[in-house]
Amino acid sequence: MSLNILAVDDSRTMRDMIRLALEPAGFTVTTADDGVHGVEVLSGIAPDAIITDINMPRMDGFGFIDAVRGQHKHRATPILVLTTEAAPELKARARSAGATGWIVKPFDPAKLIKALQMVAG
Amino acid sequence: MSAPDPMAEIRASFFIECEELLEALQDGLEAMADDSGDLETINVVFRAVHSIKGGAGAFGLEGLVRFAHRYETVLDAVRSNTLVADGDAIKLFFRAADHLSDLVRESRDDGILPEAEGNAILTELDALLGDHGVAEEDEAEIEFQPLGLSLDLGLADLPAPAPARFTIHFAPEPELYETGNEPYMILRALAELGSCEVTCLTDKVPQLTEFAPEASYLKWTVVLTADVQEAEIVSIFEFVDGLCALTIAPIPSDVPAPQDVSNDPLPELPEMPDLPDLTPPPAPAAEPEPAQPPAPAAKAKATPQSAAKSVVRVDLDRIERLVNLVGELVINQAMLSQSLESSGLSPHSDAMNGLEEFQRLTRDIQDSVMMIRAQPVKSLFQRMSRIVRECSAAVRKDVRLVTEGDTTEVDKTVIERLSDPLTHMIRNAVDHGLEPTQNRLAAGKPEQGVVKLTAAHRSGRVIIEVSDDGGGINREKVKQIATDKGLIAADASLTDTEIDNLLFLPGFSTASEVSDLSGRGVGMDVVRNAIQALGGRITITSTPGEGTTFSISLPLTLAVLDGMVVQVAGETMVLPLNLVIETLTIDHSNLEQTRPGLNVVRVRGEFVSLFDLGVELGYRSAQDSYLDAVVLLIADEGGSRAALIVDEIQDQRQVVIKGLDESFYRAPGIAAATILGDGQIALILDPSDIIAQAQGSTLAIAPNLMELTS
Repeated sequence: MSLNILAVDDSRTMRDMIRLALEPAGFTVTTADDGVHGVEVLSGIAPDAIITDINMPRMDGFGFIDAVRGQHKHRATPILVLTTEAAPELKARARSAGATGWIVKPFDPAKLIKALQMVAG
Repeated sequence: MSAPDPMAEIRASFFIECEELLEALQDGLEAMADDSGDLETINVVFRAVHSIKGGAGAFGLEGLVRFAHRYETVLDAVRSNTLVADGDAIKLFFRAADHLSDLVRESRDDGILPEAEGNAILTELDALLGDHGVAEEDEAEIEFQPLGLSLDLGLADLPAPAPARFTIHFAPEPELYETGNEPYMILRALAELGSCEVTCLTDKVPQLTEFAPEASYLKWTVVLTADVQEAEIVSIFEFVDGLCALTIAPIPSDVPAPQDVSNDPLPELPEMPDLPDLTPPPAPAAEPEPAQPPAPAAKAKATPQSAAKSVVRVDLDRIERLVNLVGELVINQAMLSQSLESSGLSPHSDAMNGLEEFQRLTRDIQDSVMMIRAQPVKSLFQRMSRIVRECSAAVRKDVRLVTEGDTTEVDKTVIERLSDPLTHMIRNAVDHGLEPTQNRLAAGKPEQGVVKLTAAHRSGRVIIEVSDDGGGINREKVKQIATDKGLIAADASLTDTEIDNLLFLPGFSTASEVSDLSGRGVGMDVVRNAIQALGGRITITSTPGEGTTFSISLPLTLAVLDGMVVQVAGETMVLPLNLVIETLTIDHSNLEQTRPGLNVVRVRGEFVSLFDLGVELGYRSAQDSYLDAVVLLIADEGGSRAALIVDEIQDQRQVVIKGLDESFYRAPGIAAATILGDGQIALILDPSDIIAQAQGSTLAIAPNLMELTS
């Protein structure tokens, strides 16, 4: 079962880490550098799940989730928020923006995979 | 983390990213400091620190995480307007940024983190937040603990008592679907825990006429038999907590298990993917589509060009090799053209035309290779801004560094090797260039001194200038010191420029009291040597009361040069082509003698001093007549011009610069050497140096100089 994942993070290190965690597990990973770029990239692919950072230039994670959910075909696409901030109000905000779940950085690759399988099959 | 190798690579890439982030941090802070920033600036600053923290956490760099976290907390307060960043706060932020960059470096090199300094800065940072900050800090510390709940489903590790049984009632709310969650996945995850008996309750599904496509009608009851704690089951529902009605109740073990808690609850499940069809595409029901989404999309269109360029990282050694190979290619090509020419081929023959094309390509390749090595001087300048901060604090002067031309690109090697000389020059500017505060005020200047650092491309060279708005060079004092030290004769009559140049003499120091800052036993002579080693020149201009400017002129590349090949007294020499303005022939109409031994040539109404290159280089004695001699009019960066007499102009061509190493005597006027197409070695001249020597600006000094160095 190979899942297509879109990972949006402004930190190259994080993007590399996500790639390193997911690709050996058979995921196909596409990355974008920020929310705006993520929306651009999304128009060319049909990911099974999306991972996004919150703090990003140009368009942050909340804006990105809004934009994704605003597209009809992505109303139900699972979106995991990947963030260093675990404050409950941030989770609440992510959820009200339409995020499916969240993972706290630094993440454990096994947990990330579990979470993705949990939301995207 | 299975393979250690990719991790090491990501780690390396993380530190490269850190450099970029630190640069962005500096930029942001500078924008905040001179108030040119906007709302986004603080966000950029915050994100830079935040991203460093994020990456550092992934690599377990705890010291770095700890500092970055508390720094970030303060920046977050500024970002959310609970803290106003005044001048002092920004200065502290700069120091914190400097410290952060130290931490990054130490973490990268597995060095020892300077804890004490960090703690001092953290204490000051925390003080900015006041009581509020302490409270927030506590909360934040907790917040940064790795979350225990998460998704740890590690079944295998658990002890296996008698299988527990649970009854789970699960009724999704519409919001569960809106956030992209899917009951099927949750049920499947439950099934992975143990054996499940799943019942779907469809009694709420209305008649088709009343069916609302986006409402949530289905509920499930699951009887789970598994060797798990209740917390594990709860963790499966973590993402949907609050988005569904959920009860999880353990079934007391004395209740007999239903016979058919079979081992294959899964066959039931494959049908479940159909659920989304049954329960229509999950999405908000009657609510209108949010109006905002189109806006971000439009924004996306508007700024695609700022998306990060894709980058390939290449080992510097490989580039070095490429540069060397291209250098050899240039030599080879020159040899080939020479042999084709001497074979008597017509210039219009195919071979010659092809050669011309070949030449053009070589040139393009060379330019491209040079471009690979070129880097903006920005990182160098940012390092200097730190030097200014540190050393202005050490001598208790208020100094602002202004930089211009940060994006000017210079060969990477040049940037690296400029760091030390520039550091020294900046320290000099702060320590000696700028007057003490009370003198500035007395002179009617603003209390804050300005050190300016600029970079620009000018006629194929890079010009880097360090200037201050201080008191200028005290020439009386300089001359006095030089006389006292026996560097010049007491009665020597020197022009202002000549006096200024005394600063470059070995062992010269003007500070009457040596401060712990620039009095490190390194004089401007070392700076000049370093610049010369890069094929550059350094000049001073100073105006009393207004300040001093040191100007460094460097070649764009260290590898090749467009040269004019000339013959002088039987020797083949190369002059940098970019310095040659024009060539002319001497006749009666343009030759003048101002005094015996000093000839000038008139060029378009201007008189330019005339030098015989053969004489200046010591190949021959002065000729009786220079009529009909070939003259090259040259100009250096400083704008001073001179005419050099040569015997013959042979060619214009690219030459590969081969440095003369330490074992050669450093002859004045000679910059380097090259290998010509015929395999001969020719010296590359530094005309500015020749002119400087000839004009006697250093003549008065030279004999003493020889004594000192011998």
